Amino acid sequence: MSNTAPALKEWPLWEVFIRSKQGLEHKHCGSLHAADARQALQMARDVYTRRQEGVSIWVVPSAQITASEPDDKAEFFEPMGDKIYRHPTFYEIPDEVGHM
Amino acid sequence: MYTQAMDIPDGQPAALKPVPKDINAAEAELQKRFDARIDADGRIEPQDWMPEAYRKTLVRQISQHAHSEIVGMLPEGNWISRAPSLKRKAILIAKVQDEGGHGLYLYSAAETLGTSRDQMFDALHTGKAKYSSIFNYPTLNWADVGVIGWLVDGAAIMNQIPLCRCSYGPYARAMVRVCKEESFHQRQGYESLLQMMKGTQAQKDMVQDAVNRWWWKCLAMFGPPDADSPNSAQGMRWGIKRLTNDELRQKFVDATVPQAQVLGVTLPDPELKWNEERGHWDFGAIDWDEFWNTVNGNGPCNKERLATRVKAWNDGAWLRDGALAHEAKQRARTMKEAA
Amino acid sequence: MDAAIAAPSAAQDRSKPASAPSGGSAPHAVGSVGANYLLHLADNALVLGQRNAEWCGHGPILEEDIAMANISLDLVGQARLLYQEAARRIGGEATEDTLAYFRDAPEFRNYTLLELPHRVGLVGYAQSDIDYSVTLVRNFLYGSLMVMVWDALQRSSDEALAAIAAKSLKEAKYHLRHASDWMVRLGDGSEESHARMQAALDHLMPYTQEFWATSELESQAVATGAAVDVPSLRTAWDALVNEVLAEATLKRPALPAGYITQGKSGIHSEHLSYLLGEMQGLARAHPGAQW
Repeated sequence: MSNTAPALKEWPLWEVFIRSKQGLEHKHCGSLHAADARQALQMARDVYTRRQEGVSIWVVPSAQITASEPDDKAEFFEPMGDKIYRHPTFYEIPDEVGHM
Repeated sequence: MYTQAMDIPDGQPAALKPVPKDINAAEAELQKRFDARIDADGRIEPQDWMPEAYRKTLVRQISQHAHSEIVGMLPEGNWISRAPSLKRKAILIAKVQDEGGHGLYLYSAAETLGTSRDQMFDALHTGKAKYSSIFNYPTLNWADVGVIGWLVDGAAIMNQIPLCRCSYGPYARAMVRVCKEESFHQRQGYESLLQMMKGTQAQKDMVQDAVNRWWWKCLAMFGPPDADSPNSAQGMRWGIKRLTNDELRQKFVDATVPQAQVLGVTLPDPELKWNEERGHWDFGAIDWDEFWNTVNGNGPCNKERLATRVKAWNDGAWLRDGALAHEAKQRARTMKEAA
Repeated sequence: MDAAIAAPSAAQDRSKPASAPSGGSAPHAVGSVGANYLLHLADNALVLGQRNAEWCGHGPILEEDIAMANISLDLVGQARLLYQEAARRIGGEATEDTLAYFRDAPEFRNYTLLELPHRVGLVGYAQSDIDYSVTLVRNFLYGSLMVMVWDALQRSSDEALAAIAAKSLKEAKYHLRHASDWMVRLGDGSEESHARMQAALDHLMPYTQEFWATSELESQAVATGAAVDVPSLRTAWDALVNEVLAEATLKRPALPAGYITQGKSGIHSEHLSYLLGEMQGLARAHPGAQW
């Protein structure tokens, strides 16, 4: 465990999408940190819905979302590629790293 | 309220360098488009080009706003175990929980700007990042909880509502969420004071004592006078700050004096007087020396507040690491099965 | 095993506190429980809610701070509903607050398990750090029981209690899921998280024996037909607990014959009076005041 890089000690970031009871589609409402998907869902319920019933929640690891480029082409200046935003932890983690 | 932080030097050079003349045409064009969008009250989103100074300022402001919510859980959390009725206990737990939630929305907004939660906590824990200095004062009796709701949250709302129109999308959206919940808190705080002021003499004395201690600190929450706030202008240029410190402070006094009258408390300012000509309440001088001493780390509770947050973080390391270890094990098992 | 329950006659006075006479001040309707049983359920919820709320602002990560505050709020909410109903049955000047704030430790009917501080066993006035592992394991052991208790009670002939049970069941399921997930995550996590969870389990498991011990309060309640016979849940509880412990790679401690706690009969640990002192002090300093 002590060999992992500092960034890897942080719980991954998840984006949260909620469809309200009367809603037609899932809306993005923010992010949270969780160690796994199950926890991310539970937390999203606590934080973003205050445990309302009848809501549908999607959680997605932030790093796995692919985004279109904005109209203003920023390719001359540190393009983010296809990420939703810059974040220190949005990089590929080799599978070997993080094993016990 | 929390944007007082913008005017307070935090050891980093002010990110307000004028644009150098020899930038290339592409950046100049992007800057022009950025300025035009700001001027048109448009939104800047995470993938958009933005000046580095704008990004840095926002990271600082949003993260310090988030830190304020988290540290703010402590002075109020101090009274959860001793709340004198079950209803008040429930209301207070809900409020402190909301504050945690607000911190989370704000950290989430800041993370879209290229910083991480761990980095932000590191800045807080090492004293590089600040939080609203109002939370460096102690809550000494139960009425402090109601007064914080009435005055501190009242001041925060005054600052936060304009931020709902701030130029940076994620921050504005977080503030909309926050504002919805915050007005609830202010009403509950005020209502609990109203109840006490209709009660026993001991309860009334508690409320007056709390008001005496918190009033001036709340006025200082809006930050130094405009003349002493060099960063305000740039913040306003960028659509981050919508009203000046003095404007907000006056607005707050004007709204609060009638509320104090309804409560039946005396605001501890002999110079407080309605000025017919100005159409505003005149008020006395704030002790800025005391304000700066506290902001700079030497107030009544600074060290305790920070040490408590550092301890919670350190004591929680085993749990955070344990959860990661479990997830790593799960991934390994999944891969083994797939093989 | 039941020898621990055979108490001197003084205990009989404690089971009938002045403010909550056994079975209510008026004969209660057939098929409804008395106030004492409601107080047992309410005290459980309040004492655990009080303990869980101690983490506000001190949680191991912000997300957990919010989750635990949520759980605590649910428990206080359950306590309020139960105390309010108990107050109605007691009558007179009883209110949720007189019951919560103006009864002494011997009148409280909560399981001793719930009043324990968040640390492995030390005496009442010892100082030490609080440990989240104790919080999670305790919530798991109690939560496993309460999901079954509320599930049974929502079919109670006592309509008011059934309504409270239905609402509480939803919350209890959530609490159990939260606690179970953490049992597995941390039990089967790192070496350190595993060690802490095991230590917490070893410390807390003996206190669960109280669930199955008989008490006058529960016998009376069960006799009305409106309460659940908790010992009848033992097999199901064991199965649920064993399943989670196995997944969590935690070892269930063997329990030698010995003292079984009696909190539900009003005989508590040294910890309750400290908890109540803190909780009740301000309200008691201003008797009769409205907040």
